[in-house]
Amino acid sequence: MKVFADQFTKAGGTWVDSAVAGAANARNAAISRTVAGNPPAAMQLNTGKQFDELVEGGLLADVDAIATEGNWKGVMPAAIIAAATRNGKMYAVPINIHGQNWLWYNKAVLASVGAAEPKTWNDALAILDKLKAEGKVIPLAFSGQKNWEQNLFNSVMIGVGGAQMWTGILGKRDASLARSAEFKAVAVTYKKLKDYVDAGAPGRNWNDATNLVIQGKAGMQIMGDWAKGEFVAAGKVADKDYGCTVLSNGSGGYVMGGDVFVFPKAKDPSTTKAQMTLARLMLTPETQIQFALKKGSIPVRSDVDTSALDACAQKGMRYVADKAQQMPSGDMLAPPAMTGALQDAISQYWNTNMSADEFSAKVAAVLKSQE
Amino acid sequence: MRLSLNSRLSVISALLPALLVMLVVYVGATSWTVWMSLTNSRMLPNNNFVGLRQYEMLLGNDRWITSVHNIIIYGVLFVSLALLIGFLLAVAIDQRVRAEDTIRSIYLYPYSMSFVVTGLVWQWLLNPTLGIQHVLRSWGFEGATFDWIVRPETAIYCLVIAGVWQASGLVMAIMLAGLRGVDDEIWKAARVDGLPKWRVYVSIIIPMMGASFATAAVLLSTGVVRLYDLSVAMTNGGPGIASEVPAKFVMDHLFERANIGLATAAATTMLITVIAVVAPYLYWRARKGEMR
Repeated sequence: MKVFADQFTKAGGTWVDSAVAGAANARNAAISRTVAGNPPAAMQLNTGKQFDELVEGGLLADVDAIATEGNWKGVMPAAIIAAATRNGKMYAVPINIHGQNWLWYNKAVLASVGAAEPKTWNDALAILDKLKAEGKVIPLAFSGQKNWEQNLFNSVMIGVGGAQMWTGILGKRDASLARSAEFKAVAVTYKKLKDYVDAGAPGRNWNDATNLVIQGKAGMQIMGDWAKGEFVAAGKVADKDYGCTVLSNGSGGYVMGGDVFVFPKAKDPSTTKAQMTLARLMLTPETQIQFALKKGSIPVRSDVDTSALDACAQKGMRYVADKAQQMPSGDMLAPPAMTGALQDAISQYWNTNMSADEFSAKVAAVLKSQE
Repeated sequence: MRLSLNSRLSVISALLPALLVMLVVYVGATSWTVWMSLTNSRMLPNNNFVGLRQYEMLLGNDRWITSVHNIIIYGVLFVSLALLIGFLLAVAIDQRVRAEDTIRSIYLYPYSMSFVVTGLVWQWLLNPTLGIQHVLRSWGFEGATFDWIVRPETAIYCLVIAGVWQASGLVMAIMLAGLRGVDDEIWKAARVDGLPKWRVYVSIIIPMMGASFATAAVLLSTGVVRLYDLSVAMTNGGPGIASEVPAKFVMDHLFERANIGLATAAATTMLITVIAVVAPYLYWRARKGEMR
């Protein structure tokens, strides 16, 4: 955030930070201020459905003029543009892309069982089997909290089920797809992963799980690219100490989340002007690269100079450049009420001895209740 | 004696703010919550009436059903164990032990901590790879197993352990006050009759301490209904949905899942349940008051 604040101050603006601890709390504080008629000039949300109702209520200013001026549509992935657009107008400024389904692995640990970087979930399962047979490390580092159980499931769903499964379940909410044999294959693969997880996983924080990989106590972890910060903080070098990849069955693979800024309609024209200035400079290539370096995400513009980024971020840029790989995140496709209900179902499936059939019936019921 | 108009006005004006606060904050907010539960509000409140649809969804929701089961298990065990242990502690201290003040402070100490701290401490203690099980195994008890917190069937009992650990000290303080209020003459009389000590406690002292038990039970019960932070800090409702509780269901759906309709339906259900439990008691109290 400081990167934006500095650039904004340089452009002659005054930045007043109203930081609130916790993503959900910050969101609620900003939304209640907006609804109550005292909106912040700008607020940060995740790329996705979070501002749907604000647009419907006519509470947000559109940034279409700035977008056209900066040729955003030419340099951003279509899914990101779509996630920021409502009724043909852009209402949000996407500022970065987070890959949500990275596989991070400790190179030395994988080398110790003679394994190369996995490409598909089948490769990964074979390596996990070897690590388990050796019995020296935890094969899969895991943090057993509902949102990470869901994130792991999503990674299996895109990696095993592919693009059609992904958009069919989350985007089209196709209940019949949830009962299909393909979906059950996803469910079975997911549950199999439990064999490679240690007993201390429930309740563990994601960064503690990442540190198991860093210290060589675990082989691999599925986590978004925010995990890279932990590797960097531990002084590890990408592609030397640790590796990163995205598992895919060939049709779609890189799940893109990210952050956006939205601008509530302001009464004072000078505020509107400031909002547009901020929108413009957030997307300058210079700001983009500085922000990505600090946050561990990748720039949302494809035309920035990536030489300053590390090996994993560059890999991410390559994935994003490939249209077939770009997948919108669950938050972009489905409202929080639906992803939340799915989260409960996934968590129950992971933690009890529920069968794959029962689970797919449950998911189908959730999709149906969404109309 | 009748008050003059003037002084009656001043009485009314003095009470008015309190009355307004009660009407607006309690009655107003509660009716708003009930109304919201009859709409299809998602992230923002709206007024699209959908009847009892949210309640249907709620009753079909596994997580809600589990939450209700959990609060019953927790409520019964927490109140009864805290009362039992608190009473036994008070009896132990009442034996004129040395350093009574110090012991009393130690027992009361957990109560001064927030549930969040209690929850985090117990989360560490119960974690099989870090806590009690790990220590026992490192001492050579290879087969020692204490992994309740990571098993869905037992996670809720971990919440009970932490809750009882925290609340027993408070119960002890209340019970001790009750015990100290018992007349020494009764003890003397019992000794003359040659009654064993435990018998005196069971047949004479405990029935005399009804008020202390009632006070402690009411205090503990209010803690049961608003159980939220302990679940968040210790297990975050997990593993899976095994240790979810109703208050957490409401908070999560209100703030993280942008589902105001379902959240307010759950809140309303909680309110109705509490009223259903409390109303007969209030009625009974009122009747008792009349008969006096």
